[in-house]
Amino acid sequence: MQTGAMQGLVIKGLVKEYVPGKPVLRGINLAIAPQGITAVIGPSGTGKSTLLRCINRLVEPTAGEILLNGHDLVPLRGRGLRMARRRIGMVFQEYNLVERLTVMENVLSGRLGYVSFWQAWMRRYPEADIARAFSLLDAVGLPEQATRRADALSGGQRQRVGIARALMQQPELLLADEPTSSLDPRTAVEIMELMTGLSTSANVPLVVNIHNVDLARRFAQRIIGMAGGEIVFDGPPEALQPGHLRQIYGGEDWL
Amino acid sequence: MSASALRRRAFPPNWGARATALGLVIYAIYALGQLDITWARLSLGFGEAGRFLARMWPPNFSRAELLIEGLLESLQIALISSALGILFALPLGLMAARNLAPWPLSVATRGFIAFCRSLHYVIVAILFVKAIGFGALAGVAALTIASMGFIAKLFAEAIEEISMKQVEAIRATGASFGAVLIYGVLPQVASRFIGFSLYQLDSNLRNSTLVGIVGAGGIGGTLFAAFKRFDYDFVAAILLSIIALIFIAELVSARIRVLLR
Repeated sequence: MQTGAMQGLVIKGLVKEYVPGKPVLRGINLAIAPQGITAVIGPSGTGKSTLLRCINRLVEPTAGEILLNGHDLVPLRGRGLRMARRRIGMVFQEYNLVERLTVMENVLSGRLGYVSFWQAWMRRYPEADIARAFSLLDAVGLPEQATRRADALSGGQRQRVGIARALMQQPELLLADEPTSSLDPRTAVEIMELMTGLSTSANVPLVVNIHNVDLARRFAQRIIGMAGGEIVFDGPPEALQPGHLRQIYGGEDWL
Repeated sequence: MSASALRRRAFPPNWGARATALGLVIYAIYALGQLDITWARLSLGFGEAGRFLARMWPPNFSRAELLIEGLLESLQIALISSALGILFALPLGLMAARNLAPWPLSVATRGFIAFCRSLHYVIVAILFVKAIGFGALAGVAALTIASMGFIAKLFAEAIEEISMKQVEAIRATGASFGAVLIYGVLPQVASRFIGFSLYQLDSNLRNSTLVGIVGAGGIGGTLFAAFKRFDYDFVAAILLSIIALIFIAELVSARIRVLLR
């Protein structure tokens, strides 16, 4: 297969060692289609978050290749890396909004990879960006909150802003690292519905790390189970059996 | 209650701390003896103080022109040195923060900040008076260096305490380093930076009244001359004016702080 022709996300032999000799990721191979929702499940500390952060290089991979639409992200530096990052949106567990900026500023920060330093500083964003930010705020259900400060919002509202910020990048790939773990069960479902709905209608592939197996089954078309830094299950939700869950999480009393 | 529960102590005595406290008290009594501080010396001193205070009353405001000129010069020294200090402290603080700057840069900047802070500003003012001559310029230079060191140090510490999660999210959007600074870092520290700057402006108003004593401009020079000529009523007028100035500054900066909340 020609590299240039491969669409979507392709990960080859990805290894990450925070401490030399103790790999957190032990040679991950994965191909994710340029659309659809993929859930990554697995116990805490198994490298799900590291896997996601290697993709947008918030964490430096130790070895391997990560190809997004045919281009390897791993050797990128400086400007090249920033150009790659702006094509990858990310939603965080603790929302990671800039608390002292307004909702509008947080959403527009998704354009920071596109506008100049001066435009960013003076808040001189292109009209189209501002219009898009307002329509995203409408889409995530916060039409009246643009001028409020982010630290005045509730958890669920903050995650809605986080989703709007990520989509503001017009990404080719959306990553979500435990986006519902800090939320109550009802809000968690609402956030998953919103995120999967918006990424599907924008035709952006979504990779979501998630603790909650029921939410993964409910929203994903593909589930990847990780244990000990390796992929131990890869298939549609219907194929996920209690045997697999035992393999992923260990033990069986909880099932 | 069982015997074992009685033997468990919720607040065990700290004998080390008690011994240290006792040692400090004993040393303080010994030091008083060494310095020849006696009741006789105290009563003599208080008698002198009474006569001195009596000569200060009533305060003499007849030389108001001299007084206002000095106060205005002090105010200008304080404002200019604070503004310059704040201006230089911003990049210095960023360069000194260990979570943003590469370590050789932050170590070098920290060294420079420590150098700025190592000498008391009055000593720095004396050096500048010797180097560039009497007058307000020496005072401005001395207080600029002091302000720069103070604000940069606190600013760097504030930056080191920011939430890196917010910075990480901005980096993940593909923002340049400059954009990460203005969106991820500065919003988290801006109010504290303004707080440090206001505090330093407050301090500089007081400090600028002192540098005049060593010839570096401002009301301090006038005050020192009045002392030397035993014009204690004029001294009283100067001191009351300085106190009034500081009170006004306190009110203004408190109002600014409220507006910035």
